[in-house]
Amino acid sequence: MNDVVVTGIGLVSSLGVGVESHHGLFDGQLQPVFDRQATAPYPIHPLAPIDFDLLIPKKGDQRQMDQGQRIGVYAAGLALQDGGVLGDLEFLQNTHLIVAAGDGERDVAVDEEILSAISSAEDRQIFFNLSMSKKLRPTLFLAQLPNLLAGNISIVHGVTGSSRTFMGEQPAGLDAIVTMAARIRAGSVNAGLAGGAYSAPRFDMMLHLGLGGAILEGEPASVWTRKERGGGMICGSVGAFLLLESRDHAERRGARISAVLGPAFSEHSFRESGEVETCAADLWARMKPSLASGPLGIISGASGAEPVTAQELASFERLQAQHEIYIRGTGTMIGHALEATAPANLALASLALREQKYFAPFDETGIEKDAPAPPSQIVVTSFGHWRGEGMILLRSARGDRA
Amino acid sequence: MNTCDRKGRPLVAVTGLGIVTSLGRSKAENWAKLTSGQSGVGFIKRFTTEGLKAHIAGSIDFMLPAGFNSQELSYALAEDAAREALDEAGMNGANAFPGPLFIAVPPAEISWRTREDLAATLPAGSPVTYAAMIQKNFGKRRDILDAFSMGRVGDLIAQRFGTRGSPISISTACASGATAVQMGVDAIRFGLTNAALAIGTDGSINVESVIRFSLLSALSMHEDPPQEASRPFSHKRDGFVMAEGAAALVLENFDTARARGAEILGIVAGCGERADTFHRTRSNPDGSAIVGAINNALEDAGMGPDEIDYINAHGTSTPENDKMEALACMAVFGERMKALPISSNKSMIGHTLTAAGAVEAVISLLTIRHGVLPPTINYREPDPAIPFDVVPNIARAQKVNRVMSNSFGFGGQNVSLIFQSPP
Repeated sequence: MNDVVVTGIGLVSSLGVGVESHHGLFDGQLQPVFDRQATAPYPIHPLAPIDFDLLIPKKGDQRQMDQGQRIGVYAAGLALQDGGVLGDLEFLQNTHLIVAAGDGERDVAVDEEILSAISSAEDRQIFFNLSMSKKLRPTLFLAQLPNLLAGNISIVHGVTGSSRTFMGEQPAGLDAIVTMAARIRAGSVNAGLAGGAYSAPRFDMMLHLGLGGAILEGEPASVWTRKERGGGMICGSVGAFLLLESRDHAERRGARISAVLGPAFSEHSFRESGEVETCAADLWARMKPSLASGPLGIISGASGAEPVTAQELASFERLQAQHEIYIRGTGTMIGHALEATAPANLALASLALREQKYFAPFDETGIEKDAPAPPSQIVVTSFGHWRGEGMILLRSARGDRA
Repeated sequence: MNTCDRKGRPLVAVTGLGIVTSLGRSKAENWAKLTSGQSGVGFIKRFTTEGLKAHIAGSIDFMLPAGFNSQELSYALAEDAAREALDEAGMNGANAFPGPLFIAVPPAEISWRTREDLAATLPAGSPVTYAAMIQKNFGKRRDILDAFSMGRVGDLIAQRFGTRGSPISISTACASGATAVQMGVDAIRFGLTNAALAIGTDGSINVESVIRFSLLSALSMHEDPPQEASRPFSHKRDGFVMAEGAAALVLENFDTARARGAEILGIVAGCGERADTFHRTRSNPDGSAIVGAINNALEDAGMGPDEIDYINAHGTSTPENDKMEALACMAVFGERMKALPISSNKSMIGHTLTAAGAVEAVISLLTIRHGVLPPTINYREPDPAIPFDVVPNIARAQKVNRVMSNSFGFGGQNVSLIFQSPP
């Protein structure tokens, strides 16, 4: 079985473009950035200022994408750049791709126009057929297909080993990484790019999430403290990709190894009473044999949606009796980005391990404690607002070979 | 001790198959109609097509009472196909399938009917905005969040059949069903499981999806009679016909399948994939990505091109696809293409989009089993640029041991699978 290592990190969020621009999280210099207007009264974390031209040079390509796809293609480019293989077509022809993505953004104005007029139309169906035929734009259709994020990454960056897209909210993001790691571990492929992207200011997704009460209204707060307000996520614009390789492949080309992947578990409970708690306990029990003594970082993908956020947190509290743990809920800092959340948290964990640093607490709740020394092992958790419970262990590349 | 393939990996057996298309439910019904050259395409009755450019499809209205949305139909189709496959594999008893689920599903979106219901909650006459719909219904419609989550169909199938772990919902456009099969094969070869359930399903024919494909000028306009619209490889082909359907395959480690006494229906011998960099809806004119996928499948199977007996084509009936597929086949199989039979199931069932790769995988295995090649119907005027044996119009009795099935998707995602008769 091959060791799987992280050799490239690409991250774009509300805090900055590129993983380096997230260094301020180590010393508490970075504060969360909010946009309270775009989808008021539901705040979001907007995308940091970005020049897409730098990694998507053709304007024609940019025009064919929606904002989430642009963010993703850019973040994928950053991961390749960080791994030293951007533009290396020979390498990229043998690089495999797994993208986690949802739908692209709808043309909300068209929907609103049709919905406003349809109830007074003489014949509802014919009115709908005619207005949709007139108003839909062909380019928009392509930008709405989830697999076109992957398609655009192939077109813009030349990644062509293979291309798969996973759909299905948070677990899709985790499973993209888990599946790529399994392919590398088995020796089926040597190098793969996996990740996802999400653009936050989207009324179509706000409607989907809001109908289930899964977004937070009003003043932002730490993901751990939203329970009394009914819980809810603050969506964030995020693009995150990891370049993964077998250790041999990475060492042969002299790549910088940021982190080493340990065990990964991805489960699926139906969220009946008590199921998440049982699932979480089971996941930790399976993870335990792989955990070393000493400090353990936990980078949580908790969305803030309840009751699952509280259930995930409770599983950490039980762990605390046996391990010195340092919990960080990135939802507080960069917001929640559905499919892109697990990749973003793996990107941040890889950065911390590479820099031999750890993040200052993201809130003042006391749940997140200062780490006296940077952990050399970090578990990234992914408990979706609707489905999916999983976690992945990352280790420092400086330790013994796993 | 595993029985291994030519590359020393655990051999992957198929022990159960299920299918539902516009031709009908079950393998028996589909096979009877496929081998008698019948078409499932007809005029759309689900909604009025007045004002639309396209009026025909291989839609399925025999599964659910009228009023269903795409998610509900995609689930019903997948459930039906999976139940048939699991029955055949002898695994449908305990609803505890001993492995993961890989399911190709169409992307989910809140249905228009639901949007209109939400709009109706606002005061009459006021402009309808998303912001107003959210505020008025905030937290009150958890059922809608559930129903239109991307993972919904996979979640329901996982619940229904008790598959293990996180269900993987796949989209590689029109190659999705083939990717689902490939992921199941990977999981068994990697030793992660002894069994996997691979499904492709698509029940997404609605007004908006029809308009979207019309806008790409991808659909056939030869609408009358509808049964003759899909004419893969023929000179006057002008587009594909949208269709619905689902297919399921029970994949197992050959040895554990045999140990439990399961009947082996066939072997998945090879899977190849390659992505294209050329264009969002067109293949590179040199055919390199399609050639790459086919060659990778052969390489993965440890086979030479001469070992393939028959090709189940992607064959969508668009001018572009069939031309490119022909070019790629010529590049790989050379002069042999003049004699190697290749036919398109889509001539009869239309293009089941997300499901197509799985539907055609099932039909490929039925082809091996029955020793009959389903025809390419509506083949009246050959395309001089494609001088192939397309099994024109009439099924042909011919024993085949190794079948290649091609799937090519928008966004340049190409997959080729090779199936083999049981050893």
